[in-house]
Amino acid sequence: MSKSTQPSTPSSAPGDVAFEPRLTAFVCNWCTYTGADLAGTSRLQMAANVRIIRLPCTGRIDPLFVVKAFERGADGVIVSGCHPADCHYTAGNYHARRRFAVLQELLTFLGVEPERLTFSWVSASEGAKWADVVNGATERVRAVGPFAAYRALVADALPADELQPAARGGAPRATTATEERA
Amino acid sequence: MARVGVFVCHCGENIARTVDVQAVAAALGELPGVVHACEYKYMCSDPGQSLIKQAIQDQRLDRVVVAACSPHMHEKTFRKAAAAAGLNPFLAEMANIREHCSWIHEDRAAATAKAIALGATLVEKVKHNRPLSPIRIPIERRALVIGGGIAGIQAALDIADGGREVVLVEKDPSIGGHMSQLSETFPTLDCSQCILTPRMVEVYQHPRIKLVTYAEVESVEGYIGNFKVTIRQKARSVDPDKCNGCGECQQACAQQKIPSEFDQGLGKRSAIYVPFPQAVPNIPVIDRKSCSLFRGRAKKAKKDACRKCADACGRQAIDFDQQDTFFTEQVGAIVIATGYQLYSIGKEQPAGLSGYGEYGYGQIPDVIDGLQFERLASASGPTAGRILRPSDGKEPRTIVFLQCVGSRDPQKGMEYCSKICCMYVAKHTMLYHHKVHGGRAYVFYMDIRATGKGYDEFTRRAIEENGAIYLRGRVSRMYRDGDVIRVHGMDTLSGEPVVIAADMVVLATAMRSQPGIDALAQKLSVSYDRHGFINEAHPKLRPVETNTAGVFVAGACQAPRDIPDSVAMASATASKILGLFSAEELEREPTVARIDPMTCIGCLQCARVCAYGAITERAITDRQGNVVRVVADVNQGVCQGCGTCQATCPSKTPELEGFTDEQVYAAINAL
Repeated sequence: MSKSTQPSTPSSAPGDVAFEPRLTAFVCNWCTYTGADLAGTSRLQMAANVRIIRLPCTGRIDPLFVVKAFERGADGVIVSGCHPADCHYTAGNYHARRRFAVLQELLTFLGVEPERLTFSWVSASEGAKWADVVNGATERVRAVGPFAAYRALVADALPADELQPAARGGAPRATTATEERA
Repeated sequence: MARVGVFVCHCGENIARTVDVQAVAAALGELPGVVHACEYKYMCSDPGQSLIKQAIQDQRLDRVVVAACSPHMHEKTFRKAAAAAGLNPFLAEMANIREHCSWIHEDRAAATAKAIALGATLVEKVKHNRPLSPIRIPIERRALVIGGGIAGIQAALDIADGGREVVLVEKDPSIGGHMSQLSETFPTLDCSQCILTPRMVEVYQHPRIKLVTYAEVESVEGYIGNFKVTIRQKARSVDPDKCNGCGECQQACAQQKIPSEFDQGLGKRSAIYVPFPQAVPNIPVIDRKSCSLFRGRAKKAKKDACRKCADACGRQAIDFDQQDTFFTEQVGAIVIATGYQLYSIGKEQPAGLSGYGEYGYGQIPDVIDGLQFERLASASGPTAGRILRPSDGKEPRTIVFLQCVGSRDPQKGMEYCSKICCMYVAKHTMLYHHKVHGGRAYVFYMDIRATGKGYDEFTRRAIEENGAIYLRGRVSRMYRDGDVIRVHGMDTLSGEPVVIAADMVVLATAMRSQPGIDALAQKLSVSYDRHGFINEAHPKLRPVETNTAGVFVAGACQAPRDIPDSVAMASATASKILGLFSAEELEREPTVARIDPMTCIGCLQCARVCAYGAITERAITDRQGNVVRVVADVNQGVCQGCGTCQATCPSKTPELEGFTDEQVYAAINAL
C-alpha cells in the first residue's frame, strides 16, 4: 500500500489529546450491516473511526480476525450481528456469542483492556442503535488510549521495517505480507 | 498480478458532497494491482455501467471494485454489468462509501480518509476472489402439503391446477380442518360447509392430488428440490379400497357415547366413526382407545369382546389387525399448513399456562368456547342449529360473550392478539339474534379490531341492527347462582361495575399453535417463535417462505389468521412453488462452503455446528474398498453460506466462497 492510501485518521502517541482511535467492525450482512445502512439512509451522524468488514454471519467471524485486526494496528474492534433468535442462518449468532465470551476473557487475561472489544446485537431496523454502538465504542477506546501492547511485545522479535506499520507517527502502514501475495 | 479497476461514484451529490471522490480514485489508483481508477457522477446509470464495461474490455481488467452505495442496493447491478463485459460476476465487489461514510459524516477530510480505507479493503479482498458459477440442482417437481384445512386445501388445489403433483397429508380421518366445524363465516354469513365441502371433494377427485388422511410426517431428509419425506399411515382398521362408506358399521357399534371431537364434545360418536357426514374421504376409522375389542386386546383378553362392526360390514372391509405403515415420497417443496387450536382454559391446561379459573370453564357446563358455539349454531351440529344450553337444553334468553380470553394478556395468557375473535363474536351475536328472538346478547371487549374488508361494517351491523350490547371492560368473576351464571364485569366507559344474570357464556379464547408443531418444525429445520408459530423468512418481504429453502408456510400455523388471510397465504405458497417448479434445475448463488478432503482431519466439528445439516461424513477408501479415513462433505444444495463451519474448524479447511480466509485477512490487512 502506498503513502496515499494511508487512512489519514490522525494517529498520535499515547496520551496525546488528538488521539483518534481506529476501530475495525466485523458485522453480519443481514442485521447489523443493514442496520448500518439504515443509519446512513437516516443520516445519523457518528464517529468516523470505524471501518466495517462485511461477513455473511457473525458465525463466520473467526476469533483470529479480531486478533489480526489488533495486530494490524486497530485500537478497538466491534463484533455485531443479529439479535439472539433472529439469526438469518438460524444459529450462527449463538456460536458467535459463545466464541466471543471465551475470547473476551482470553484477551482480558492477556492484558487487552476489555473496553477495546465491543459486542452488540444490532438489527436491520436499529440504525440509531448502530450509531450508539459506534460512538460508544469509539469513546471507550479513546479513553483507554492507543493499543500499543502487542507492538511493544513483538518489538524485539521483528525487524525494524516490519515494525514500521505500528509506528504511530503517520508513517505508511506498509502491508508487506499483502503486497507479496498480491 | 491482478488487474483491478476501481470505479468511484459521486451519487450525484450524495457522496461527492462530503467525500473528495477525485482523491479517493487517485489514492485507490495507487494501490498495487490497480490499473484503472476513475470517478463518475452516477455509476449505476447506463453511461456509468458502460464506463465499467468499456474499461473491463479496454484495460483487460480481471477484477472490479465499485465504491458507491450499499451492496444491498446495487451489488447485483454491477455484477451484471461486469458479466455483460465478459467478466465473472463474482470478481466484482462494492465498497460502501455512501450509507457507511458520506451520509453519516460531515468532516470532509475524515470521510475521505474513511472512503479510501473502505475502498482499499475491497481492493485487497477482490484480488483473492475466484470466479464462481451458479450451482445447479435438479428439482423433483412435486409438492407436499402438510395439513388439510382450508389453507392446505387451497395450496394443494392451486399447485395441482398449475400442473404439478401434490401429496396432501392430514393427521385426522378427514380433511376440512376447523373451517368444516364453523356454522357461517364473517363478514358475509356464508354457510361454511357450503363453500368448503365442494373444495374438499375437488381435492379428493383431482387427478394430480394424492390425498393421505389419518397420516403424519415421520421424517424429512434432503433439501430444496430434493426432499425425501417418510409418512406414517396410521392404522385405520378399515380397508379403504373395500369400504363404500355405507355407515352400517357405525350404527352397529356398541360404543355410541364417545364425545365427538368434531362437535367439540357437545355431540356423541361411535368408536368406529367418520368425524362428520360430509367427511372426505368418507371412510371410517376405529378409535382404538375407545373400541371394546382393542381395549379387551390391550388387557390381553382371550376372546375379542365385540366384532359388531365387522359383522355389520357387507364388504369385509374391517381389518382389526392393520398396523401403521410407512412410505416415502420424493418432493421438491413443502407447505406447512397445520393450523391452530383454541386455548383450552379448563381444569387441565397446557404446560406453562394456568389462567382463567375464575371463568369456570370445564366446571360450569353452560360456559363454552367459541368453537362449541359454532357447533351449536351449525345446521349439522348436535342441536341441528338451535342455540340450546348444554346443561338443560333450554334456549338461553341472556347470553354473554367474553373477548380476549387468553389473548393480549402477558400476565396469564398470550400477549398477542388472536385476530379473529372480534369478528366471530360479532357474528355469534348476529346468529344468536337470528335464532333466539327477543334474546339479549352482551359482549365484553377490550377494543374492537375489525380491519378487513367489510369487517367494521359487520361489527357495526351487529351492534346497530342486531342489538348486541357491547361493554368495554373485563370480567373478573363468574359463578353459578341457581339457574343462571352471574357475570361480574366492569363497563369502563361508564365507570360502573356490571353484574349480568346470564343463561350462557361464550369465551373467545386465544388461538394457539397446534400441539406437536415444535417436533414437526424440527423435522423440517424451520424456526418457530416461543408460542409455537412458524417463523416466516421475512415479515414483510418473504411472508410465506421459511428460513429453510423450499419449505413454505400458510395459514394459522404462522400466526392467528382468518380464512381470507389463510387462503391468500396458501395461494401465495402455490405461486412460489409453481415458480420454483417452472425450471428443471434450480440455480443457486455459489457462495457456499467447500471442504478440501486433503486438509480435512475428519473431526466433524463443522457438521455439529451446521444449522442446516448440510455437512455429512464421507468415507475415503483405498483400492480394496477399505475405509482409510473419514472427511466432512458439504451438500451444496443445503448449504446456506453462513460460514459458521469455517470459523469453527480447527484445521481451517472449509472455505466459504466469497468470504474465504484469504479474502477476509486481505481486507483486515488493508486497514
